[in-house]
Amino acid sequence: MASPSDTRPGTSGDEPLLVVDNVYKRFGEGADATIAVDHMSFGVKPGEFVSVIGPSGCGKSTLFNIIGGLLGEYEGEVRIGSERIMGPHPAVGMVFQEESTFPWRTVIDNVAFPLELRGAPKSERLDKAHHFIDLVGLANFEKRYPSQLSGGMRQRVSIARTLVSEPRILLMDEPFAALDEQTRLLLGDKILQIQQQLHQTTLLITHNLTEAVQLSDRIVVMTYRPGRLKRIVNIDLPRPRTSEVVGSDAFGHYVAEIWSDLREEASRGMLDAEASVARRGARG
Amino acid sequence: MADRGGLPRLLAQRWFAPTFGLATIVAVFAVVEALLRADLLNRYILPFPSDVVLALGRVVTEENILSRMGDTAFEVLASGVLVVLVGVPAGALFHRFPVIRAALETWVAALAAAPVVLAFPLFLVLFGRGQKTIIVISFVYGVAPVLLKTLEGLSATRPVLINVGRSLNMTSSQMFWKILFPSAIPSIFTGIRLSWTFCLVTVVAVEFLVNLGGLGQLINDLAERYDLPGTYAGITFVILLSVAFFIVLERVENWLQPAP
Repeated sequence: MASPSDTRPGTSGDEPLLVVDNVYKRFGEGADATIAVDHMSFGVKPGEFVSVIGPSGCGKSTLFNIIGGLLGEYEGEVRIGSERIMGPHPAVGMVFQEESTFPWRTVIDNVAFPLELRGAPKSERLDKAHHFIDLVGLANFEKRYPSQLSGGMRQRVSIARTLVSEPRILLMDEPFAALDEQTRLLLGDKILQIQQQLHQTTLLITHNLTEAVQLSDRIVVMTYRPGRLKRIVNIDLPRPRTSEVVGSDAFGHYVAEIWSDLREEASRGMLDAEASVARRGARG
Repeated sequence: MADRGGLPRLLAQRWFAPTFGLATIVAVFAVVEALLRADLLNRYILPFPSDVVLALGRVVTEENILSRMGDTAFEVLASGVLVVLVGVPAGALFHRFPVIRAALETWVAALAAAPVVLAFPLFLVLFGRGQKTIIVISFVYGVAPVLLKTLEGLSATRPVLINVGRSLNMTSSQMFWKILFPSAIPSIFTGIRLSWTFCLVTVVAVEFLVNLGGLGQLINDLAERYDLPGTYAGITFVILLSVAFFIVLERVENWLQPAP
């Protein structure tokens, strides 16, 4: 297993845009304390697509909230370029796991929302919103309300709303977790296409193996409690990619390789969950 | 599916529901009329529905109903607006400062359950025998639901929407006006609907009890004259007034937050 010291960000090519440096986060005190993130370090280079994968409960979402600036009070540093992140940073655009569109706004008003906050003139707001709605493939649904769209479409609205601010880093927390496998693969294609068009630097938090391999240049594998960095896997699948890559031998090879790392962690997570249910049962 | 019978198609018609509703009321009236005529109901307590319908015209021409309705409408509107102007900001305050909420929420809920109307003599002494008293009692009685529902709506804002706001570095005033408040609007309007019902009932009840002003006083007069059809005709105008208020309220809500 890799120790924190030899997991420095990849040194080939340009400097990383996003640096996670020795980040450590513990919840609670004493015997009840849980170490959610244990001295994680990695970097994301400009234009790169990196996924963080780990079993449920490994601290992925904590990491997401730390990088997004929603969770203060942690040890270590998150930097953008050389600037240390203190709280939400305009360079980071977040897409959340849960449904996060505003139900009282139409698609276009949802997407234009960040520009409205910034006080951009109306014509600019609409132009940009149009552009990004187009990009996520919802051109005909601008006047609809979220309740009139499917779950996958609503997630695309959220993605467009985040992209409209043109963040330097797109940070996503299992944005497709609630969707079925087929929709997920197709939305993956959409993400690949957007990534290619915008050269968007992206960090994706996920527990889904196929999704991670389908989309990423590199995958950061996390251990289960405490959430440590287990390994970084480079995915050398050709780009431009589509979901057809799922059928290739190389794809299967990567999935198997990462699963062999993840399997042990996931089983520990499962045993732990069972044990805590048993404990609760005994107490009750 | 293509060969659906006539009934489903009939049910889908836009006019069907309102017509059915009206027909139901007419049917209920007809049943009551029949029961009265068959002496199964006491006709000295319940008037013939047909007499009530005939009395509508008489009440309009002889009892100056429009100006009375105006009085009642003014009192309801004044207390209804006051209730919103005080209840919504107070609800927001309770939400913003958990200490206030912890201290007062239960008391406000208790106020909503208390029969404030019965304290009308106290209000008469404080505010005199006039519209002001009616408006104040109606306000006191009506303010709780709007306050509590505003608080509930703001508190029920989904955390992920607040996180979206935080990730966009929104100021707390932006957070309130652009996320919390719009998210609470459906709940706030549920509160206003409840409050306005309270206000209308209170206004008419106090008018009735104190023998003052609008429709409530008229109903009292007619009842004392033992004019049963007239009494019920008067009540019909109270219902019309309440319908008018709720139509306006629905318009306002739709304008504020268009439903998809």
